[in-house]
Amino acid sequence: MNWMTTIFYFFGAITVLSALGILFTRNVLHATFLLMLSFFSVAGIYVLGNASFIGVTQLLIYVGGILILMVFGLMLTTKLNGKALVTENHNRLIGVLLGTVFFSILSYIIIFSANFEMLKSNKTLPENAVEFIGINLMSNYLIPFEIAAILLLVALIGAAVISEKRKEKQE
Amino acid sequence: MITLQHFLIIGISLFSIGLTTVIIKKNAILVLLGIELMLNGANVNLIGFSTNDPQIQGQIFSLFVIVVAAAEAVVALAIVVRVYQYFNTSNVDEPKELKG
Amino acid sequence: MSNETASFGEILIYLIGGIVFISGGLFTAWIIRPKRPNEEKLTTYESGEDPLGGAWGQVNIRFYVIALIFLLFEVEIVFLFPWATVFGREELIEATDGLWGWVALSEMFVFIFILALGLAYAWRKGYLEWDKPEIKPSDFKGPVPTEKYNAINHKYSKFTSEQPKK
Repeated sequence: MNWMTTIFYFFGAITVLSALGILFTRNVLHATFLLMLSFFSVAGIYVLGNASFIGVTQLLIYVGGILILMVFGLMLTTKLNGKALVTENHNRLIGVLLGTVFFSILSYIIIFSANFEMLKSNKTLPENAVEFIGINLMSNYLIPFEIAAILLLVALIGAAVISEKRKEKQE
Repeated sequence: MITLQHFLIIGISLFSIGLTTVIIKKNAILVLLGIELMLNGANVNLIGFSTNDPQIQGQIFSLFVIVVAAAEAVVALAIVVRVYQYFNTSNVDEPKELKG
Repeated sequence: MSNETASFGEILIYLIGGIVFISGGLFTAWIIRPKRPNEEKLTTYESGEDPLGGAWGQVNIRFYVIALIFLLFEVEIVFLFPWATVFGREELIEATDGLWGWVALSEMFVFIFILALGLAYAWRKGYLEWDKPEIKPSDFKGPVPTEKYNAINHKYSKFTSEQPKK
């Protein structure tokens, strides 16, 4: 076991433990911060998987953007009674059952029955992934790239219209 | 040596935890957190598979997944905020009428 | 292991160093400090205002729209970054007879234009406008007329000595 694997296990343990913490905590704000920890260590896993650009993107968009938005949404949907914001659980049995069954079936397949030998190849990854992604975005993935812009535009307009103050309907 | 199985185990752990969170939590924000966890699990899988791919299609695909997740979170949170302003609750099972 | 991943190891070392230094400082302070709390020391601002209400305040929904636009342009930056490393590459431009640079530049301008439409929409619809409090002019009329005040101000201002004599 070399040090790369050790770091991978470290990040993986942080990811899974903080995700489990989201499942078990009742405080919604604690859940949000645990999710931040989880995203951080997922970024570390991306970097260990030779995808450093995706790792940095994860930090930028998830940790810096989506979580900020989540905290805003949290603060917009709280009652101001000065107590900690807690949530309740429902469907506990079916949820835990489904998650456990899903996890055990898939991990059984991955560890014992699936054969990934065909994927093992001695092909080398591109030397500079950022440049590779840039060239591909401008050539092979040009249409998805522009459609992503349109999707973001539609999401912005839709969200702004939905969350707008409608005074005449409130009264 | 980090093998593909390592990535896949992390991916399915995140996915199943996210699935359980979506099912058992009452607060709508926590349901959204569960969805983000599931998307992250899928992304970890993509990154794991793209470690063997000289075209790194998995990385580019997960880049688009992150962008779509951003759009999804934006719209979903806007809906949650609207529902809160209308029904004065953010629990997912309390608003029972569709007519606004 | 590629070079890029190895260079992230330095970042990891920085992170570990930061955590060790901060927690070491806090731990040392926790060991050697005297702990004699009293009520005045435990207030939020020891020699300032006492805070009213809880730390949870209702946020104005306009912050949400601002955060939304921020997220949109953050995604734009993520796409701009790999584009910026390749769009001026000489060998690519020569290989495509000068077409590469123009295609890359125009595509990125189309991308930015589409995103800027969203900003323009939010701006035009007034989502960026802040609710300003209206300032009502007071209709109080004092017994001293305004000219007297102005005369006194003028008399004691810095430039009094330079004024022409009457």
